Amino acid sequence: MNIFVLMKRTFDTEEQIVVKDEQVDESGAEFIINPYDEYAIEEAILQRDEHGGEVTVVTVGDEEAEKELRTALAMGADKGVLIDREEIEELDQAGIALILSTYLSEQEYDLILCGNVAVDGGSGQVGPRVAERLGIAQVTTATAITINGSQVTIRRDVEGDEEEVEVSLPVLITAQQGLNDPRYPSLPGIMKAKKKPLEVIDLDDLDLDEEDFELKTRNVEVFLPPKKESGEMIDGEPAEQVKTLIAALKI
Amino acid sequence: MDFSLTEEIKFLCKGVQKFVKEEVEPVAMEIEQSNEIPEIVKEKSKELGLFGISIPEEYGGLGLDMVGKCAIYEELGKTHNGYTTLIGAHTGIGSVGIVELGTEDQKQKYLPKMATGEWIGAFALTEPSAGSNAANLKTRAEKKGDKYILNGSKHYITNAVDGHVFTVMAVTDPTKGAKGITSFIVEKDFPGFQLGAVEEKMGLRGSHSAELFFEDMEVPVENVLGEEGQGYVNALKILANGRAGLAARNLGSCVKLLEHCMDYVFERKQFGKPLFEQQAIQHMLADISVQIETLRSLTYRVAWMTDQKQRVVREAAIAKLYGSEVYNKVADLAVQIHGGVGYMKDYPIERYFRDARITKIYEGTSEIQRNIIAGELKRGGGK
Repeated sequence: MNIFVLMKRTFDTEEQIVVKDEQVDESGAEFIINPYDEYAIEEAILQRDEHGGEVTVVTVGDEEAEKELRTALAMGADKGVLIDREEIEELDQAGIALILSTYLSEQEYDLILCGNVAVDGGSGQVGPRVAERLGIAQVTTATAITINGSQVTIRRDVEGDEEEVEVSLPVLITAQQGLNDPRYPSLPGIMKAKKKPLEVIDLDDLDLDEEDFELKTRNVEVFLPPKKESGEMIDGEPAEQVKTLIAALKI
Repeated sequence: MDFSLTEEIKFLCKGVQKFVKEEVEPVAMEIEQSNEIPEIVKEKSKELGLFGISIPEEYGGLGLDMVGKCAIYEELGKTHNGYTTLIGAHTGIGSVGIVELGTEDQKQKYLPKMATGEWIGAFALTEPSAGSNAANLKTRAEKKGDKYILNGSKHYITNAVDGHVFTVMAVTDPTKGAKGITSFIVEKDFPGFQLGAVEEKMGLRGSHSAELFFEDMEVPVENVLGEEGQGYVNALKILANGRAGLAARNLGSCVKLLEHCMDYVFERKQFGKPLFEQQAIQHMLADISVQIETLRSLTYRVAWMTDQKQRVVREAAIAKLYGSEVYNKVADLAVQIHGGVGYMKDYPIERYFRDARITKIYEGTSEIQRNIIAGELKRGGGK
């Protein structure tokens, strides 16, 4: 079974976000594999170990993203592919989906996995858009995946409830938290990762150029959520305090 | 001289850092209270490959050089020292003897299982009458046919309880003093091997030291490690090899203590302002920082020299001595900066303070390190 995982390099969730000149300041920040994509990578490895085949992890980015691809290889993926976004400055979800689907349309795939959302932008659009472009089935927010021949049974999270869906391969599935418990890249895995293939391709290789990209979204403003105001202390005797509180709550 | 770590080592360190932070630190208090490292943490550490860092790749380990090992030890030093000791004693003195002195058959038999952590290693030299005076061993090994029969006891043996494979020093020829000692690879299943009482220590909770008793214990001749009569020299070599690693572990603990201090001095307010605003506190922090940086330079220099196959007897002893002295001073300053909180068991600072103390004693006391340094000075005419 040929499994592809779509991976995004994101801000470390523990980083302090700083907005500078209408942009999130990335200088000096730590980056990680988008945690939802980690579930996707883990699932791909588990499915490969059960059904055989190969796991290829694909990302769109610059050479910095090689680190996260190496991490995926250290976890146990077989191949990494970095599609260099090069000079294209602004690339929205539609653009990323175009690049990924163009790449994937030339590959033989049975299963495509990715995170439900990325923890930075949080749009959750790239996976579904790729499936649409490829014309294959898509199931989002999976919490369990069972593959039997070409039949796939997926349990999915529907806003706190659960639903079971059956589809046939090929399918694109997005991973929800709880799908699995991603492994740590083992130390021997890290040593082996450097010997695994990591292919770098550019937009030229995909016959894409700048004109093919049309922004479907526009950033109007980038700002941090307002700071929480400090609470108000209510003084006085308990009975008095209760009165003040009730008055404040009534407004 | 280039002190930068390779990308690969940085990658490994990042992996260890994440593991320590997510899997070990959250249970540090539990380890301290229960005096046990949770089985799940040991299992996950094995899966991660931590037990194989000093074992060559062809035997299933990572085959890291000394700089690489030190970088990982530094990360491991940043958490509960009992946990650090379990891994450190195994990957250091518990397995280095077999790696450095073992025959091909011995390596094939022991190292793959030690690399995965299935078999944990320990080093058994110390006896009630032989501490710093290591040549004064009483454990006897007498050759009978294709076996040696060992009688005697060891104490304060780190990893004794978890250990499966022991590097044991015993006297094969009592007429020859230090030259009559031989090292053996002993398995805990050998007939006549008995684990004694677990010792209660000031710190390093979760890492268990115990006595070992050998009563007519049979050790096959093929388990002699190195040459007969070379046991004392072997022991010194194994201990010397571990010194840079110990310094790196102490370095990690100092770095962690400084982190705790930096968090605390901005959070804690006295006299209407954060503690950091007090110059006395700033000076303590500066002193910690100076000691950390000097220890870091020293540690990685010795590690680098070791990898260049240079003689590092004096430098390694300096690093071991300095690393443990610095760790104790930094732990003391950290307690002082934290004040009452530093003394309380609800916070990790006092734990580091207790754990630091053993580093001036084990694997060669500070006094023995000074002897080694002076001996090397005499040998080299002070160069």
